[in-house]
Amino acid sequence: MLKQKYDVVVIGSGPAGLGAAIEAKRAGAEDVLIIERAKELGGILQQCIHNGFGVELLKEDLPGPAYAQRFIDEVAQLGVETLLDAMVLDVSPHRHIYATSKWSGFVELETRAIVLAMGCRERTRAQIRVPGTRPAGVYTAGTAQRFVNIEGFMPGERFVILGSGDIGMIMARRLTFEGAKVKRVLELMPFLTGLTRNYVQCLLDFDIPLQLGHTVSRILGNKRVEAIEAVQVDDQFKPIPGTEEIIPCDTLLLSVGLIPENELSRKAGVALDPVTRGPFVDESMQTNVPGIFAAGNVVHVYDLVDWVTDAGFLAGRSAAKFAIAERKRIARQVKLQSGDNIRYIVPHVMDKESLANSDQRLQMRVIRPIEGRVWVEVLDGEELVTRRGQRYVRPGEMVTIDIPQKAYDAVQKADTLTVRVVQR
Amino acid sequence: MAEEVTKMICITCPVGCSLEVTREGMTIIKVDGNQCKRGLDYAESELVDPRRMVPTTVKVRGGVHPLVPVCTAAPIPKPLIFKLLAELRKVELQAPIHVGQVVLGNALGTGVDVLASRNLVAI
Repeated sequence: MLKQKYDVVVIGSGPAGLGAAIEAKRAGAEDVLIIERAKELGGILQQCIHNGFGVELLKEDLPGPAYAQRFIDEVAQLGVETLLDAMVLDVSPHRHIYATSKWSGFVELETRAIVLAMGCRERTRAQIRVPGTRPAGVYTAGTAQRFVNIEGFMPGERFVILGSGDIGMIMARRLTFEGAKVKRVLELMPFLTGLTRNYVQCLLDFDIPLQLGHTVSRILGNKRVEAIEAVQVDDQFKPIPGTEEIIPCDTLLLSVGLIPENELSRKAGVALDPVTRGPFVDESMQTNVPGIFAAGNVVHVYDLVDWVTDAGFLAGRSAAKFAIAERKRIARQVKLQSGDNIRYIVPHVMDKESLANSDQRLQMRVIRPIEGRVWVEVLDGEELVTRRGQRYVRPGEMVTIDIPQKAYDAVQKADTLTVRVVQR
Repeated sequence: MAEEVTKMICITCPVGCSLEVTREGMTIIKVDGNQCKRGLDYAESELVDPRRMVPTTVKVRGGVHPLVPVCTAAPIPKPLIFKLLAELRKVELQAPIHVGQVVLGNALGTGVDVLASRNLVAI
């Protein structure tokens, strides 16, 4: 059962989101909710079945799902609430979250702090503009990874992989393990873009050829990819004529970069850095919108999950601190309510602690004139806090009364102060 | 016997140090380029008995997914990788599955267990 109001809502349950929820709870946030699009927690870690996770943070070498499991277990132990299989549609700068799922229907939640942890998305064929026909058999490496590791089917038999990022190299090994032939890995840059350890254990170990300074200049095939044309590029990344090579294959995987996913951030009014394509953040991972924090690949693309978890911890801690301060600020407020013959009062609320520094002036207008001596009274229920005598009151003349510093103790007990005008 | 230099890249951690291993036959004289002592162990192992972790998936009956990811608990000899994969292709588990559950004990007599990499609930 969802609550109406949370201390911290985390959007996304990858390593950043799990870390944020855990640390928010540990730092004293009471009601913490994770909203996740998938049917289970863990984000992309669930399809990253290779080992190498946790070496820095946990001093253990774990497969991605096992790394995620540690934090999923902790989330459960700490009593973090989860809304799975749910899509966040909108986030407002005032920290209202609009989401929908088959289980909850459409929901509007209010929260004192938000951690954005939506991760990133893969760059696609359209974004790198590969010429040629548009047959089936062109996938991003991450999509193929999901097919092979979670859904349990192979997207092809003979592969060419464009991009030497870690996902591309890891998929080269994975597909080889499942009996496919990876004919070539092509990299536009003159250097490897993933970790060298992955070059060794994913490409070298299985004699998968890597060509640096090469790209795909054309995709061939009508219904299905039949071949790709590889070409060498110069130092301006322009194809060098005469270096074209046709490589027969039925599938092309793209591992050509990741882009922070900030559609929701933009809706919430979060300002983005054009270089990282993630939010501008301060040292606490707070964005330019107070109470909205961000962590992980949504901020900038990491190469190690350990540091994503760490960023999640920081953002979660900061979000909890913000939420607790917000709770305290609201708890310190006393409402000012119009009583007999008062139309309105400004201010509408008052910080009780403000009396520690100075008297606090209330301004108001009456509804009816009283041509005779009156008391302007400030009451907590029936208990008089302060009053002031006037010779008359008229709607056209603003009435003021100062709550004196000596009323500090009386005001601390009150939730609401009522102001009224009575005849003396 | 003459000294030889073998170059290799340590894969123990994400740093990926480039190692230069000076050796006489299979006896290591010295290792250069490593940033920590794990590099020495790696050079030793890579020279005489190269080993790798093997992450893959096995079939599952009655689970929320048709597969569960598994991984060797420790590196196994490199020449056994494809034999192990063939062995794991024969395995079919029944959900629920718990992380760390032994999927294949003492795989191919290596003394290394293959473990489930996640919890997988039954439908």
